[in-house]
Amino acid sequence: MEALLNVENLKTYFNTYHGQVKAVDGISLYINPRETIGIVGESGCGKSVSMLSVMQLIPTPPGEIVDGKAIFDGNDLLEYDAKGDKMCSVRGGKIAMIFQEPMTSLNPVLTICRQLTETLEWHLGMDPHAARLRAIELLKLVGIPEAEKRIDAYPHQFSGGMRQRVMIAMAISCNPEILIADEPTTALDVTTQAQIMELMKKTTEEFNTSLIIVTHNIGVVARYAERIYVMYAGRIVESGLSYDIFDNPCHPYTIGLLKCVPQLGETRNTRKLIPITGMPPNLIDMEPTCAFLPRCTYKNERCERELWPPLRHIDGKHYVACHGDIREKK
Amino acid sequence: MKAAEDEPVIEDESVIEVKNLKMYFPITAGILRRKVGDIKAVDDVSFKIRKNETLGLVGESGCGKTTVGRCILRLYRPTSGNIIFMGTDISRLPEDRIRPMRIHMGAVFQDPYGSLNPRQTARNIVGKPLKTHKLAGMSDFSTRVTELFNLVGLNPVMMNRVPHEFSGGQRQRLAIARALACRPSLVVCDEPISALDVSIQAQIINLLEEIQDVMGLTYLFIAHDLSVVQHISTRVAVMYLGRIVEVTNAEELYSNPLHPYTKALLSAVPIPNPHIEQTRQRIVLKGEVPSPANPPRGCHFHPRCELATTECMEIKPELRDIGNGHEVACFKV
Repeated sequence: MEALLNVENLKTYFNTYHGQVKAVDGISLYINPRETIGIVGESGCGKSVSMLSVMQLIPTPPGEIVDGKAIFDGNDLLEYDAKGDKMCSVRGGKIAMIFQEPMTSLNPVLTICRQLTETLEWHLGMDPHAARLRAIELLKLVGIPEAEKRIDAYPHQFSGGMRQRVMIAMAISCNPEILIADEPTTALDVTTQAQIMELMKKTTEEFNTSLIIVTHNIGVVARYAERIYVMYAGRIVESGLSYDIFDNPCHPYTIGLLKCVPQLGETRNTRKLIPITGMPPNLIDMEPTCAFLPRCTYKNERCERELWPPLRHIDGKHYVACHGDIREKK
Repeated sequence: MKAAEDEPVIEDESVIEVKNLKMYFPITAGILRRKVGDIKAVDDVSFKIRKNETLGLVGESGCGKTTVGRCILRLYRPTSGNIIFMGTDISRLPEDRIRPMRIHMGAVFQDPYGSLNPRQTARNIVGKPLKTHKLAGMSDFSTRVTELFNLVGLNPVMMNRVPHEFSGGQRQRLAIARALACRPSLVVCDEPISALDVSIQAQIINLLEEIQDVMGLTYLFIAHDLSVVQHISTRVAVMYLGRIVEVTNAEELYSNPLHPYTKALLSAVPIPNPHIEQTRQRIVLKGEVPSPANPPRGCHFHPRCELATTECMEIKPELRDIGNGHEVACFKV
């Protein structure tokens, strides 16, 4: 099966006053048709920037896609002009994106109708009337009650969960091949989060869309993602099937991440949390050695001597970027 | 009554008891700002926190959990009800009488960026309560602040830095140090970790747990993340639309949730384990939380509840004990 989107060695740097920030430093990932993948990492690890780079939404300057390819439909998206017609037909049409903050990603001075029909008219060439009918259909699909009336409302008249539903409706309106959800539920309450995630799963299955979930919440991807990429300081440190990542984590960061989150049903008497010591690195002027080294509990002298290790094959689809031997860590 | 100067006598072991607390915020309209209604942020809430215990208060945004915390700190003047803190009813005390009481209370807020004055040094921020309450003279001020820095795991060398030189986790440590400056008996933690990165959250949870053991503190821990609340709390109270719907100890909440809302809340929390997750049945609630300005009659949860009957629509269920201190406000249990 050929991958739908294949990102190779993507590098996105930001030139700031303090120096160059290597936000994304050589990541490769792929997604197959109808697959759901998760990209997990803490804030500042480059998970959002990598997705924005693929969509060519990086503000330039200060940002710059220095190197890499994003092969989609046999073409390299990164070669397209960011504002050109080709990129615009992909963005929102074939690859759609949902952002974290549903208030800021909707235009507050336009009605929901206008914002939904704009995509339909632009990408599918619908006339305004047909677009409106389709928009109502979409709103019903994402579970907005009284869609015929609500369509003429403004974003501030919707709650957070409802706005995120509108965003989903907008994203799937052109039947995209890939849906990128960047922290889709972080701003929402748990029960709303569950509603939105279930809705997203259902709609992507219905539309045969591939789904990329970008999140810091490792619990969210456990339920939905088939494969997971774990990112740290601009690189992928571990990737594999979600069973590989959860049952047999091989990177010290992944191991730490799983040990430091409390699980439902655990109290302080049953398990003490083991935090990852230290804090995430500053991405300016990074050492060429492994970025996790200062926080790593499994480090050996080889880690201090050698460069940041590339991803190494373990088994199946499981890869890890670590010098250490996995068996010792268990 | 000079409750503040003398060490207050505690008859029973509860540090704080809240009885029928109500906090309504007026909705005004028109040029004359006439009152047209109330936001019933907290609507008849009662609970006790015993010494050395952590009461976790969970619920979704807008359920009134933060308002409860702020009423206890007397940052708000409650509409009605009693707050008995260390033997004194503080719900109606005037400002000059409440201030000395605050020596015994600490507070840690959600946003470590907003809750620390950016122009003050860490030393002044942490030591401010000592100065306000005149608990330390010139000579022992530095010693106390150094102690506090060590207590929360910060290097006292950093004392002269300003907040922007600290990371999020370190700032939250500063906020904790400040809350502990007067050796309080109760600390209200309002979403203390939700603004932090995942790997830092565990550091702060562990710190709070350790300090509690060392200093014998009592916590009111307010958060929306059920797995975190359950980890840190002795007992957990679940709030929905201004009311407590269920109170029980942390283990029981997970093993034996009784209120339909608690069940839905628990099933919505993602578990970082694909084997459990992919087979787990999820209760996805319909609709949204109604507005607290116009809450449903009877049980607030009835429009979203599958078990609701006419009784639930008309009569407000009271919390009742069903054994082992497990209290639930539902007719159908």
